[in-house]
Amino acid sequence: MTAAAAHTIADASFRPSETAVGVPLEVEDPTDGRRTTGRRFVVPGWVRRLAGPVLLLALWWAVTGFHVVDSRSLTGPGSVFRAAHEMWGSGELPRDLGASLSRVGWGLAIGVAVGLALAVVSGFFRLGEDLLDSSMNILRTVPVVALTPLIIVWMGIGEPAKIFLIATGTAFPIYMNTFAAIRGVDNKLVEAGKAFGLGRLGLIRRVIVPGAVPGFLVGLRWSWGVAWLLLIFAEQVNASSGIGYLMTQAQSWNRTDIIIMGVVLYGLLGLLGDVVVRLLEGTLLSWRRGFVGT
Amino acid sequence: MTARTAPREAHSAPTTSPEHGVAVRTSALRRVFGERAVLDGVDLTVHSGEFVVLLGASGSGKSTLLKILSGFDRRVEGDISVAKRRAVVFQEPRLLPWARVLANVTVGLRDKDARARGITALAEVGLAGRERSRPLTLSGGEAQRVALARALVREPDLVMLDEPFGALDALTRVKMHGLLRELCERHRPAVLLVTHDVDEAILLADRVLVLSGGRFHLDQPVDLPSPRSRTGIEFGRLRTRLLHELGVNEQLTRYEPLGATDTTTGTPPAR
Repeated sequence: MTAAAAHTIADASFRPSETAVGVPLEVEDPTDGRRTTGRRFVVPGWVRRLAGPVLLLALWWAVTGFHVVDSRSLTGPGSVFRAAHEMWGSGELPRDLGASLSRVGWGLAIGVAVGLALAVVSGFFRLGEDLLDSSMNILRTVPVVALTPLIIVWMGIGEPAKIFLIATGTAFPIYMNTFAAIRGVDNKLVEAGKAFGLGRLGLIRRVIVPGAVPGFLVGLRWSWGVAWLLLIFAEQVNASSGIGYLMTQAQSWNRTDIIIMGVVLYGLLGLLGDVVVRLLEGTLLSWRRGFVGT
Repeated sequence: MTARTAPREAHSAPTTSPEHGVAVRTSALRRVFGERAVLDGVDLTVHSGEFVVLLGASGSGKSTLLKILSGFDRRVEGDISVAKRRAVVFQEPRLLPWARVLANVTVGLRDKDARARGITALAEVGLAGRERSRPLTLSGGEAQRVALARALVREPDLVMLDEPFGALDALTRVKMHGLLRELCERHRPAVLLVTHDVDEAILLADRVLVLSGGRFHLDQPVDLPSPRSRTGIEFGRLRTRLLHELGVNEQLTRYEPLGATDTTTGTPPAR
């Protein structure tokens, strides 16, 4: 197929066809000889997406396996896995992983709910925007971590303080992206919704919120990352459980394998977030037919 | 949005008409944009069951008039009364892309039988079985038929259509004309259709109003037998009349190429 197409192009450029009045025209094969046949083999998307992490893992293995770096600085995947297995068996890992997941889960749930509600209020009502948006933009620039001492003064060092920190940090990306997306909803659809009898609540539920889902999901991805970042801060300040606590402890015992296990866990949890958002996109945005890349 | 900044006089918003058999009545309606009065003294009466076509060149204010009658534009002077049960069909289908076809048809309806009525309306526009399709998978004609079903399902006393077939191809448009005519004959709502297509006006209307200079300059009853076709002397006569009213001389634009009126040489310029 390709050879035939190339042949046509060569023909066209060397023997230009002529119009009735004798002006030579340059012609070409618009497919440029790169035609897609029906049965082209395509590597599945998930395999391609896994290629990056697998490559990283292989690199890690190689670096530690060939003793490029000292095993006290970086332990290999094998010993990290052994450490994980051991700590899972002793019940330490499930307890700490559970504690971390619960903090992130609650913090994210509250942050997303608050960010979404504020975005709807200030996206839908002009008055809401005037009252809220500028404050949100000022607060957004304050590093949340800087609030840690204040939060400790307010709420102590218990679970509420950690959840509050995460909720505060995650509300902003949700707010910013959802607000922008609400303002990007086609006004013609809003007008049509009004014309067909949708009230304010109906408009929000049927037009505004579904229209803002793409932006919301961008915010969710972002918030997921922020949540784990803030979790590390929260758990390294004053905690008696959680992955961050585990890593701090491991540092004092000089257990590099456990520290690296923590890092790997964070990475895996980040991947989990990506998978969750992808699934959400698949179901919530199935109506979209946008550009998917070439 | 205009609704927010509008002065809220008692007469500024469309109100319910207690009048029997009149779906639209406006008198001395006026809408000013800056210095220019786009609508200046519009008197319009549409009786129930009547198919009225508003014809006008672009910028003549015909879409503005529909906006006012739909209640989207409240910065208006004059008396307006419009049937409370009314529905709009826009130039673009304006379907919610995330909602399925049936949900788009029944949007805003709260009655228990909305679903069943939506399915019936879809069948009426020839889209039975497409209830669960996504709007983005429909063709332009199909999407506009969904928009028709969405208007129809409300059992309106007045249907307003703003250049509803303007974005469709010529073949689909012919089919849509037939469908609209049929639906209107079955349900007998008052219809107010805005277009700049003279043929469309004559094919569909009981009465054609020509809007220019901010008011109606012609109120032309169309009394052609049904089914109508573009052939025939009466059609041609009406067409010429309406085009003339719109300031277009068809004979000139059709047969004489630009520059051919140069009488000194007597020959058209060479191409």
